[in-house]
Amino acid sequence: MTYTYTPAKPPLTESTDQLRARIPGWGVDLDPKDRPSGTKLQYQPDMTGAHWDFPDRQPEKWPRERSIEHKFLTPVFGTACPPRRLSGAIRRYSYKKYSEGRAAHWLLLMAADRVDAWENHVVSFASLHPDNPITETGVLSEFSHHGLSSRLGKKRADLVHQPLDPIIVAGPWVVAAWVGLKALRKVRGKR
Amino acid sequence: MRAMVYRGPYKVRVEEKDIPPIEHPNDAIVKVNLAAICGSDLHLYHGMMPDTRVGMTFGHEFMGVVEQVGPSVQNLTVGDRVMVPFNIFCGTCWYCARGLYSNCHNVNPNASAVGGIYGYSHTCGGYDGGQSEYVRVPFADVGPSLVPEWMEDEDAVLLTDACATGYFGAQLGDIAEGDVVVVFGAGPVGLFAAKSAWLMGAGRVIVIDHLEYRLEKARTFAQAETYNFTEYDDIVVHMKKITDFLGADVAIDAVGAEADGNLTQHVTAAKLKLQGGSPVALNWAIDSVRKGGNISVMGAYGPLFSAVKFGDAMNKGLTLRMNQCPVKRQWPRLFEHVRNGYLKPSDIVTHRIPLEHIAEGYHIFSAKLDECIKPLVVPSAS
Repeated sequence: MTYTYTPAKPPLTESTDQLRARIPGWGVDLDPKDRPSGTKLQYQPDMTGAHWDFPDRQPEKWPRERSIEHKFLTPVFGTACPPRRLSGAIRRYSYKKYSEGRAAHWLLLMAADRVDAWENHVVSFASLHPDNPITETGVLSEFSHHGLSSRLGKKRADLVHQPLDPIIVAGPWVVAAWVGLKALRKVRGKR
Repeated sequence: MRAMVYRGPYKVRVEEKDIPPIEHPNDAIVKVNLAAICGSDLHLYHGMMPDTRVGMTFGHEFMGVVEQVGPSVQNLTVGDRVMVPFNIFCGTCWYCARGLYSNCHNVNPNASAVGGIYGYSHTCGGYDGGQSEYVRVPFADVGPSLVPEWMEDEDAVLLTDACATGYFGAQLGDIAEGDVVVVFGAGPVGLFAAKSAWLMGAGRVIVIDHLEYRLEKARTFAQAETYNFTEYDDIVVHMKKITDFLGADVAIDAVGAEADGNLTQHVTAAKLKLQGGSPVALNWAIDSVRKGGNISVMGAYGPLFSAVKFGDAMNKGLTLRMNQCPVKRQWPRLFEHVRNGYLKPSDIVTHRIPLEHIAEGYHIFSAKLDECIKPLVVPSAS
């Protein structure tokens, strides 16, 4: 019997009583009134513990970048990683020029992220704590946490694209080293 | 203090950072007992979320002890054991006044389309997160709650996002008694969504994934019927077959931006960053649900466009509901469910990673090694 092409709904294999017996707590939130997010946009005055109408403003210690879709700088904001260098300039430009509705806004921010990573890699080599792609990628856990047996013989859809990850991570380093080497040889050749 | 620090795509390390100061009168500083790595942290780790800055500390799931409070804090005192929702929210803006804490308008200058989230890029406000020894908690009178004495730390930390989000996802499905609910993704959120669907009276709960060990967890933890999509030529057709060609009443996307199952979608989103996320699970949800059915989206996507099949959604008359979970709104009811034994959040924890080994923790979780489902981060083990 095919129910779907008739008014009847296909029957369940288990009755309510069977489900209640098998599943601890089955149906305890059956009544939508028991579901905390059941009513959308219900005004809930004084539910949060706040004791202000509008919060005190956090001091702005540097010109804080903000979306042009906001009327003003929000009273509270994060202070991690202020914008710096070229990546910071790209980020400030993106926030100043484009709304969140524009693809250019997000694409510029993504570009700034890549620039930021390279700026910091380069700076780290002049520091006492240089970036180490081996330890920072945690790739050695492949040997300590069953890298091979987690994949071999498994029907995992991600295995087909996982080989791209080392290329994404190591590729730019290899290209940078190659370009550096070429540049060095060129300089030596001129001498 | 020691803190996890992002160094660029696929690279993190532990660095010495200053203990965060009080920056606003209603701030608190919390010493972290436990944090977690969330599946959505992997989107940051893989460089998919715009404005993720080198030097940032991730971690939006954490609990700990109040170390310091600002001058206007009334509801917390030093030494309190607290759990902190992943949302940062003021409590009084237009959205907070209506219970939409995840959409607070007073905490994220960088974007108006999303509220504030700890350790989740500058697109979500530029706040450092809790994968560290200490963390700044804004609006301490509003966000954090005291952890009930009877509740264990590992249960509390999972209630700050994964468990609450899964429970919220089931609610957005508007499940009626006897509904067939299909959950895409057997990660932490999918497992909690499946478990929660039963609490709301589902008649059948189906979980889809490609990782067999996670499907096994869905069977044992969430009593769900499971299918590995790699074993079927077309998982949508299989969903139709097992529902007498009607389709599920409710579908929940608990995968988000890095969904597998379509190589083109995955590579263009997760590797090439040409779309905000790989909407494979969302498209399967749209196609698997019956006409007039409900879709709940709990998977996180980036702000760029994604190739979603809105034509099918429109033609089928679907209701799509989604949001970041307003976590604290879920807590009173979830506390009851945990106390009554209907939910045991810590049952899904598979790894406890010392903070000093955070790079290994991210790789294990990202590469799905060692049957990893939910890794916790333990700062004190460093």
